[in-house]
Amino acid sequence: MSGSPPSRPVIDVRDLRTHLVTRWGTVKAVDGVSFAVAEGETLGLVGESGSGKSMTCLSLLRLVPRPAARILGGQVWLDGEDLLAKSEAEMRKIRGRRIAMILQDPMSSLNPVFSIGMQMREAIGLYHGLRGRGLAARAAELLAAVRIPSPAERLRAFPHQLSGGMRQRVVGAMAIAAPPRLLIADEPTTSLDLTIQAQYLGLLEELQERHRLALVFVTHNLGIVARICDRVAVMYAGRIVEMGPVRRLFTRPAHPYSRALLESIPRLGARAARLTAIEGQPPDLARLPAGCAFAPRCASVMERCRVEAPPETVVEAGHVTRCWLEAPGAGATAAGPP
Amino acid sequence: MSALLEVEALTKHFPVRRGLLGRATGLVRAVDGVSFTIDPATTLGLVGESGCGKTTTSKLVLGLERPTAGAIRFQGENVLALDRAQLRRYRRAVQAVFQDPYASLDPRMRVGTIVAEPLVINERLDRAARRRRVLELLDLVSLPARAADLFPHEFSGGQRQRVAIARALALSPRLVVLDEPVSALDVSIRAQILNLLRDLQQRLGVSYLFIAHDLAAVAHMSHTIAVMYLGQIVEWGPADVVAREPRHPYTQALFAAALPIDFDTPRAEPAVSGEVPSPLRPPAGCRFHPRCPHAMPHCATDPPALRPHAARQVACHLY
Repeated sequence: MSGSPPSRPVIDVRDLRTHLVTRWGTVKAVDGVSFAVAEGETLGLVGESGSGKSMTCLSLLRLVPRPAARILGGQVWLDGEDLLAKSEAEMRKIRGRRIAMILQDPMSSLNPVFSIGMQMREAIGLYHGLRGRGLAARAAELLAAVRIPSPAERLRAFPHQLSGGMRQRVVGAMAIAAPPRLLIADEPTTSLDLTIQAQYLGLLEELQERHRLALVFVTHNLGIVARICDRVAVMYAGRIVEMGPVRRLFTRPAHPYSRALLESIPRLGARAARLTAIEGQPPDLARLPAGCAFAPRCASVMERCRVEAPPETVVEAGHVTRCWLEAPGAGATAAGPP
Repeated sequence: MSALLEVEALTKHFPVRRGLLGRATGLVRAVDGVSFTIDPATTLGLVGESGCGKTTTSKLVLGLERPTAGAIRFQGENVLALDRAQLRRYRRAVQAVFQDPYASLDPRMRVGTIVAEPLVINERLDRAARRRRVLELLDLVSLPARAADLFPHEFSGGQRQRVAIARALALSPRLVVLDEPVSALDVSIRAQILNLLRDLQQRLGVSYLFIAHDLAAVAHMSHTIAVMYLGQIVEWGPADVVAREPRHPYTQALFAAALPIDFDTPRAEPAVSGEVPSPLRPPAGCRFHPRCPHAMPHCATDPPALRPHAARQVACHLY
């Protein structure tokens, strides 16, 4: 895709479609998503709940909830191999080893009845075939790498004996055990306190640097995106509506949704009388309007937006958007509501 | 201007009980000598990390917990010495909006009934008058009149929070405790609710105790900000003073960790290390000293008091 970086990407997702069949109709949770992430690069995936961020990530791992969800189309290339063409047995060897994932709540990744050490040894043993003392040493080494004090002792601890920040570090240690090529972090700091969040982001950056990981960072916190991401993809109702380098997109957003989102956030220092709010409610995915999904809430909506979905348009090299305002030759016909 | 709410040396210790006989084996010092005031029609923002005592403070103010020590005065009256009838009046004047509008609204009640409930309990209104008041309240929070006949599940998160706000305003309170009112909402909806809350304050002259971990939102909403750490206030002052030039090393770390979306704002790297210690055994001296980059020898022994410094109050030996 036009937004792809120059070197061969670690992960290259093309036109991914994942739909959910529910009682209320088919939900196009991921509807033609394409992006690529290179070695050592961080892509931020932002959007509100239900925009398809997490479903996109689960689709990369082929872990979408069955039977409701189906990956209907597209390709997911990991170092040149299409994951959607793999068998389940092959996928099992890829998950954790070549693609690792960190979830929001560390307790959903850790088993409360086993010690940290047992859980770590299980994963490492599987990846590296280590046993006995070498295995224990490697586990302690990994805990030290995520800066957990007295790691050898901590291996005997159970998850409930650790703080939230420490638990998330343990999950981080397990995620880099292989080390993987791609790390997906799905809101990893949302449950952490501010000062702990800052420490954790620093740690993630350090791990990424050391292992040259491709990192997909899912969040709704634009401050985190500004802090650690190279590029950002803004999702709305299952589609990437804008993608580009963080600084460029944050300073000159092309899509009305990205612009409104950036304007609606209170900023320290700039005490405006009112925030610029986005009108309306998040879309009901089972009943999306024809045309652009953001049209009902868009301040610059045109006739065409309600009829036809906008194509992907290149605003500048590496910066793409899906909006009729930016589509070639469409700008002239722009006319707001009377 | 006399303060609406004055809180003085407020303290709440929870005993930790162990064993068969439930003997107290320790004390959680959830709130330990907290003092602040809230003026009429203003907002106090209370910030701090989880476990710092923000929510316990709000429960004490709401009268849901009784303090171990200290005083709460509302419009000059000692809240802790009120008789039943007076306490009832106090509880009408102080209302709350909670974080999760999915949990705070009864799924089996229609929105009209939810908003009318405080009126049924507290005011003798006939049916028609009650209905009129409910529609008035819905209009106040920009919900259509037909919302009264719908159930909570028919609304999105932002609209549900509007219902919770309408219910909190039903009895024309003087103070509303807002405990993380937008954290559970979608990013695109938060600005709507924050704007609504500010409009309502202007129209009704209500005061807010605004608790949140989003510092930019707190700075945007508040007239004064109090920063809590391990049950104590470490800095308290006008919002722009505290947000622009924080003086306490903890406040500085907190604001440095609140990642701005502007690229041109100079970014101080947060220097604090370690984690928040357990409130069961808070460190001696200044409670922040084990994590403080500027800790001096006497910080470990002398607890600093809140003292006026540079247009705010700060509890730190540096000043």
